Amino acid sequence: MRFTRTSKALGMVAIATLALTGCGGGGSNTAGGSTGGDTSKVIVADGSEPQRPLMPADTNEVGGGKVIDMMFSGLVSYDPSGKPVNEMAESIEGKDGQHFTIKIKKDQKFTNGEAITAKTFVDSWNFGAAAKNAQLSGNFFESIKGYDEASKEGSTVETMSGLKVVDDQTFTVELAQPESDWPLRLGYTAFVPVPSGALKDPKGFGEKPVGNGPYKMADGGWQHNVQIQLVPNPDYNGPRKAKNAGVTFKIYQNDDAAYQDLLSNNLDILQTIPTSALKNYKSDLGDRTINKPYAGNQTIAIPEYLPEWSGEAGKLRRQAISMAINRDEITKVIFSGARQPAKDFTAPVLDGYSDSIPGSDNLKFDAAKAKDAWTKADAIQKWDANETFTIAYNADKGGHKAWVEAVVNQLKNTLGIKVEGKPYATFKEARNDATAKTLTGAIRAGWQADYPSLYNFLGPIYKTGAGSNDAKYANPAFDKAVSDGLNASSVADGNKAMNKAQEILLTDLPAIPLWYQVAQGGWSDKVTNVDYGWDGVPLYYNISGK
Amino acid sequence: MTPDSNTARQDASAPATRHIEHFVADFAETPLQATDKVKEDQAPLSLWAEAWRNLRRQPLFLISAFLILVVVAVSLFPGLFSPIDPTSEACQLANSDGGPSSGHPLGYTQQGCDVYARVIFGTRSSVTVGLFTTIGVLLIGGIMGALAGYYGGWVDAVLARINDIFFALPLILGAIVLMQLPMFRAHRTVWTLVLILITFGWPQIARITRGAVIEVRNADFVTAARSLGVSKFGALTRHVLPNSLAPIIVVATISLGTFIVAESTLSFLGIGLPPSVMSWGNDIQAAQASLRSNPMPLLYPAIALSITVLSFIMLGDALRDALDPKARKR
Amino acid sequence: MSTYILKRFLQLIPVFLGATLLVYFLVFSLPGDPIVALFGDKPVNEAVAAKLRIQYHLDQPFWMQYLLYLKSIFTFDLGQDFSGRPIAAVLGEVFPVTARLAVMALVFEAVFGIIFGLIAGLRKGKFFDATVLVASLIVIGIPIFVLGFLLQFTIGVQLGWAKPTVSSAATVQDLILPAIVLGLGSFAYVLRLTRTSVIENMSADYVRTATAKGLSRFRVVRVHILRNSLIPVITFLGADLGALMGGAIVTEGIFNVPGVGNRLYRAVLSGEGPTVVSIVTVLVLIYCLSNLLVDLLYAWLDPRIRYDS
Repeated sequence: MRFTRTSKALGMVAIATLALTGCGGGGSNTAGGSTGGDTSKVIVADGSEPQRPLMPADTNEVGGGKVIDMMFSGLVSYDPSGKPVNEMAESIEGKDGQHFTIKIKKDQKFTNGEAITAKTFVDSWNFGAAAKNAQLSGNFFESIKGYDEASKEGSTVETMSGLKVVDDQTFTVELAQPESDWPLRLGYTAFVPVPSGALKDPKGFGEKPVGNGPYKMADGGWQHNVQIQLVPNPDYNGPRKAKNAGVTFKIYQNDDAAYQDLLSNNLDILQTIPTSALKNYKSDLGDRTINKPYAGNQTIAIPEYLPEWSGEAGKLRRQAISMAINRDEITKVIFSGARQPAKDFTAPVLDGYSDSIPGSDNLKFDAAKAKDAWTKADAIQKWDANETFTIAYNADKGGHKAWVEAVVNQLKNTLGIKVEGKPYATFKEARNDATAKTLTGAIRAGWQADYPSLYNFLGPIYKTGAGSNDAKYANPAFDKAVSDGLNASSVADGNKAMNKAQEILLTDLPAIPLWYQVAQGGWSDKVTNVDYGWDGVPLYYNISGK
Repeated sequence: MTPDSNTARQDASAPATRHIEHFVADFAETPLQATDKVKEDQAPLSLWAEAWRNLRRQPLFLISAFLILVVVAVSLFPGLFSPIDPTSEACQLANSDGGPSSGHPLGYTQQGCDVYARVIFGTRSSVTVGLFTTIGVLLIGGIMGALAGYYGGWVDAVLARINDIFFALPLILGAIVLMQLPMFRAHRTVWTLVLILITFGWPQIARITRGAVIEVRNADFVTAARSLGVSKFGALTRHVLPNSLAPIIVVATISLGTFIVAESTLSFLGIGLPPSVMSWGNDIQAAQASLRSNPMPLLYPAIALSITVLSFIMLGDALRDALDPKARKR
Repeated sequence: MSTYILKRFLQLIPVFLGATLLVYFLVFSLPGDPIVALFGDKPVNEAVAAKLRIQYHLDQPFWMQYLLYLKSIFTFDLGQDFSGRPIAAVLGEVFPVTARLAVMALVFEAVFGIIFGLIAGLRKGKFFDATVLVASLIVIGIPIFVLGFLLQFTIGVQLGWAKPTVSSAATVQDLILPAIVLGLGSFAYVLRLTRTSVIENMSADYVRTATAKGLSRFRVVRVHILRNSLIPVITFLGADLGALMGGAIVTEGIFNVPGVGNRLYRAVLSGEGPTVVSIVTVLVLIYCLSNLLVDLLYAWLDPRIRYDS
């Protein structure tokens, strides 16, 4: 089980906080045990300005996502290890992986007093899926039967036929086809219920959202570009009960500024230590740091539509590139251990993860084998010595330049070919080339899980025609292996099938996995009980004052 | 208020109340004495020839000219100054942040590149950016500013307002748009950057020139030249411009440095030179990430940059002194 | 003079049209589809994207988008940004903060630049002159993102004399350090301009005259040298005010100032046309006005300068 792996990596993190992970409710403030802490402290955390109004189904980025997650409570939430625990749901039952019956708890209310019933959920989901409402996360409802009709361009259908209200506490869901991991997705922010007012005036609601989660927004709490103030919701009784007097997200333009604030105790918790401080943060902060893998990875995708990278020669070249990259060295030198060398296409915190899938040798640095593979590819189709292999990245945020340069140098040294980093001025320009199939070389790709499942790292990225398939990879054998996994009767069988599918990927390498993300954060000496979730976001509700 | 301050605060709107003091100066202090010294059998040297004769004797000029020659030589033939050629030898991550060692006097960068070799080989791009951008902005900004300031009226209205519009355009917006033009898209080079910096740099020189020309255009010697039959344009080129050069030279020489640094800042914002092009700015930007743990890779290119800027500032000072007939006589 | 000022105000109309048209065209030419970018790494939902394009007029040709924007200006409704907020409200938040910052930076660079430049000019070639030359080389030779970081770390974090970042209210006290960092680059210009001008004027006839008639050294320096040396400095400062207002992207980023530079930067990166154009339009107006002010100051500093002809 990966839980042990996680705790090993956690190192010095207080055991007390881990003990909380099994706690499924009860709402006792002392659940953490020994350390307890001052629950009257307002926690100041770093955030970024949400790019859309705070409407759950319209929020798909971290800045808004963090806030939505704390203000709303869906059917389930994920515990720190990524296991779903019930929040609004009394039970979620389904035998065939296609039909589910969902019962919700009684007497649940939004902070404005409006009752939450089965109908609230159905209305919220229908709203998110219908094309006419233009919600960015609408795709998350795609498995539900009737989504296609509701989400078609110009469609006026407002409901999905797969959703049916049975009574106040019960509704049923029918999927278009069986998907064993579907209930796992229900903790994603797009699936939370919203009050009826939100459906009438989503924009107005997005300014002053009203939810049912552990926190609510303070009066005038959203000071744009400056801060978002949340205060505990006294009526919340789920597993994420607030152990502080509120969380204020101070909005930062970059992590460097936030780090300086952390050092001078103006900030209580910083989610990500900036790359410029990776060499110093341990001496700066002492034991007030965390180093915990989460469900995200970094890859470089090499599109198969480029002639040199197609067919058998392309496959060999991609293997050569993969084996020419010394992941251990880069994670150590460039990231100071803030990443872990990748051994598969998913992430180690996930249920079903394996570090020894057949074919994972292709991800190990081996200069001789890399050269060998490159020469073999040359025998099939000659590589023009004047050609430059480019690795594209967006230079506006994310600090990708340093590691791309390191990879470039390693490839030059090992393979003796011309390699260059190719910066895109903006993220949107990079996305444009990726979706329009106009890439001229490799492009860096990263994936942060939406929900804790192996499938989430495979299906949306490598399935034929999938939306995030930048490499335009198409392999029927892989597609079949993945759908076998979805149709599996149990999660364990499903995971096995997913790893079978990964064997295909490890040979074809439509993208070259580089490393897993590791949450590296720090906190001030005014707070205690800090731990991070499976997704690399701090468990803000659990932090208290010293 | 004393009468003196009245004199000083000559007010355009009230010339009638001007209080003029009378005094008799010592003969040695008057310009008449200088006039007497002129040898009438020799044709007067042109302004520039005279300036050159002056320049040659100034130590300030000699030092700066020597430094500039060195910088130019390094940018033309970097291979002569560094045994390592970083364009063909890729950096080894194993050397990351290493200190100085034999053959590598300045140590290594985070990527494990030799700092000395990179400073030497980065000279060409940085000097190209600094020098050619400065020349470009001087040409465009100088002409626009001089015409606007000298002719005034509708010429000024049109040129100065175009100036205002360009001034307000955000550099970052223009840079991103220019960089995706088909000719730069596949390959950004130093010339892409030169073009961008000229496009957004000329309004400053234009304003400075305009101000300097406005200050001089009504001076007595201009009026005198005009009444002696010099054409309006001739007076601009022969009398007004040479006497407006001082602030232009100052701004241009400092700008040369800021353009080199601007390349670094643009890299910081993700729109500078691609990492494959070696330049001081790129290296400064890359070294910023490990500034606290290993500041040296940042310091050396910054020093190289400062020496270059210093030599151009000194050259500008010497040139200004040589061109200024009043300061020269002291 | 008043007709001259009136004329200058009338010139604002073509400037406004020209600037908005040019900026709108630039934003229109930005690479990438802003709506696609809203989806991040996630798959693009075409139906949703189409709907959003219509909402932000991105489905229209360039001319139509521009005309729609002009219409929105004349109805005093600048439209909305991607987070659904009225752009007018955004402008109201960012401009006061940046105006404070820019004016503080301007005062800093003007006061210190002129004083140091004056002394350096009066003592040309002496120790003080050489010292300030080296000091100005440091601020020219090291990029602002390094200087800013260093000052923030030493003064803000290690010494604790100031907060490393700006608080939510962005008070004058919070802005002292950012203003100094912002003003440092221009400080070198003001210093060298003043110095050169002072050196030129020291040998001018009216200064010799003033000295000859026995005025005190202080009086000569203040009234005759300094005043006559200020024209290039004023020109520079006038132009710089605008640059400080719009170009503080890096400084605002380092000190987390919620101002114009930061908002403009984000709007450019995400391709929010109306936000960019609205901000730049205000900037153009500031430029024109500061330029007018500078021109009027010329006439005040040097009575020989006239605009009536």
